[in-house]
Amino acid sequence: MPYTEEPRHRVGRGSSVRTVGDGADRRRSYVASVTFEGVTKEYEGDVVAVDALDLSIDDGEFMVLLGPSGCGKTTALRMIAGLEDITAGKLSIGDRVVNDVDPAKRDVSMVFQSYALYPHMTVQRNIESPLLVRRYPADGPDAPARKLTGAERAERVAEAARVLGLEELLKRKPAALSGGQRQRVALARAFVGRPQAFLMDEPLSNLDAKLRAATRLELVDLHRRVETTVVYVTHDQVEAMTMADRIAIMSAGRLQQVGTPQDVYAAPANLFVAQFIGTPPMNTIPGTATTEGAPGVDVGGGRAPLPPGLASRLDEGRPVVVGVRPEHLVIAPDGPLELVVRAVEWLGHECLVFGTIGSSPVVVRQAGMSPLDAGGRVRLAVQPVDVHLFDADTTERLA
Amino acid sequence: MTVAATPARGGRRRARYSPREVALALALLAPSIAVFVAFFYRPFLNLLNWGTFESRRNGAYFEDVGLSQYREQLTGDDFREGLWNSVQFVLYTVPAGLVLGVLLAVSAHRKLRGIKVFQAIFSSTLASSVAVTSVIFFYLFNPVVGLIATDWLNDPDMAMFAVSLSSVWQNMGLSFVIVLAGLQTVPDEVIEAATLDGYGPTRRLLRITLPLISPVLLFLLVVLVIFGLQAFAQIDIITKGGPVGATETLVFKINRLNRPDNIGIGAVYSVGLFFVTLVVTTLQFVILERRVHYAR
Repeated sequence: MPYTEEPRHRVGRGSSVRTVGDGADRRRSYVASVTFEGVTKEYEGDVVAVDALDLSIDDGEFMVLLGPSGCGKTTALRMIAGLEDITAGKLSIGDRVVNDVDPAKRDVSMVFQSYALYPHMTVQRNIESPLLVRRYPADGPDAPARKLTGAERAERVAEAARVLGLEELLKRKPAALSGGQRQRVALARAFVGRPQAFLMDEPLSNLDAKLRAATRLELVDLHRRVETTVVYVTHDQVEAMTMADRIAIMSAGRLQQVGTPQDVYAAPANLFVAQFIGTPPMNTIPGTATTEGAPGVDVGGGRAPLPPGLASRLDEGRPVVVGVRPEHLVIAPDGPLELVVRAVEWLGHECLVFGTIGSSPVVVRQAGMSPLDAGGRVRLAVQPVDVHLFDADTTERLA
Repeated sequence: MTVAATPARGGRRRARYSPREVALALALLAPSIAVFVAFFYRPFLNLLNWGTFESRRNGAYFEDVGLSQYREQLTGDDFREGLWNSVQFVLYTVPAGLVLGVLLAVSAHRKLRGIKVFQAIFSSTLASSVAVTSVIFFYLFNPVVGLIATDWLNDPDMAMFAVSLSSVWQNMGLSFVIVLAGLQTVPDEVIEAATLDGYGPTRRLLRITLPLISPVLLFLLVVLVIFGLQAFAQIDIITKGGPVGATETLVFKINRLNRPDNIGIGAVYSVGLFFVTLVVTTLQFVILERRVHYAR
């Protein structure tokens, strides 16, 4: 019953993404959700790495924990794995609270940033390693878990090697592999035990840019096929935006926002998220709300429009921060804002105009080549729907 | 001629050096060659030569007997007894010192407050001289005032074991320091990966940690065996080779023979010890190196 279901999302042979045998489609793990309820991690000396984290990761979801280094994302991931103790709160995988469950018994697997392959073992032995000791519900979800037989192990290793294109490399040792190949071995080792959840700690950060882009696609593809819950930690917002079902953005141990890539891009919950997502990041210009004449925000000598439906909620003179994405600033002769141009970077398909509005640095993204010169002045316009407004004190989103 | 003019591509070309380069290399090597010739190669040749002379009339004069003295002495009971004592000493001191050092290093390799204190204590045996250690153990075993008041040092069956204990203690410190340094090169993430793979502490140690530090272990094994074969001071201080020669190792016998009337035999023993050490060390490399994992 659990192993028979209709083929789905099959990647056709000859597709640009690595072709995959039927074995991978057949397998269905017992995917599980991961739930943080007020989970806190405190280190000695009152250092709070993760502060009362509430986060619910659905089964089968690709969740990316995103944030700058030191924001607690890796600690959160390591708590799921059981590599860090939980100071307070409740962490569950599926229905089971795992606060005190041994790492090996949590039915999760992890891909480390350094890949953490066993250098003295062949690729084959590396991939087989999780199968040697752990017990698996090999006879169906209701039968008791047991150790796998040699034949079962060989079959699973062969399957993982096939899915990740490692068949030719099984006899080699990690030192004889390229970075991309090592990364694949690490994935295969995580994949072979068919865990309820994959944990990945910046798995792409040691690859070069080209390989990273290609591997992103493969990971998304792999996830679609195995349908396992993935918790993926990165500081690279491009990885987060391209791979995630949902993104959880963290800063200083606190969860800032959870949402789909579209959500967090379109409606960042606070200034931190606004500035963290997007390249170049959102322009943020401090200003003062005004209701005189056309309601808006006075910024650097101009007046930015208010987002629709907000005018009545703003008091005269309230300090706010206006956020506008670089692509939403349009050069218009009668625009309400004035930009002093500092520099223009031409990137081929677009150019970035760097300058200031008042004293705030601002970037404008323009298609094609810009005729602007450094030192010039130009008027900018923005649509009200493209204006984000944040409270200057709390940095929370107003609209 | 034309063939020689085109350098071979792709094939492994043997490095050729110009006479100037060879001369420069020799000039740079000359100081170390001189030291080796003066203090090692020439004395060793002398030693080989001394082994062919038998002393007559308690060393009044020497007679060249060729290789017969080698044949007689190296197959003689005394040499064999010394060799056996040396081997016993190695067997008592090396495995125990190595295992204890590894266990201490593994237990002290963790992030705990104050662990440095223990690390300092465990490595202190390395900082004590052989003489000091030997005197301490000599008194430990004293039948009247000793903490381990026994008669081991006067018991031919127990004397070697008792003498070994001081070396075990010292080897433990050396092993501890070197293994601890080795453990610090093992990436945490690899150990964590093994934890997630379901490896318990013992399996992690045996399957992951020890293989990863195997070059360090091989080094220690080789060095400790050589130390064991060369041990002298501790035996001289604790038992002086007694009782009834039970702790007379090869080195001890060589030292005893180092008198004008026996210098030929002493030379033969020395050469014998040299080759025993050479063979044992070579065997360790040949047998174990295949199982040693050198990173990258």
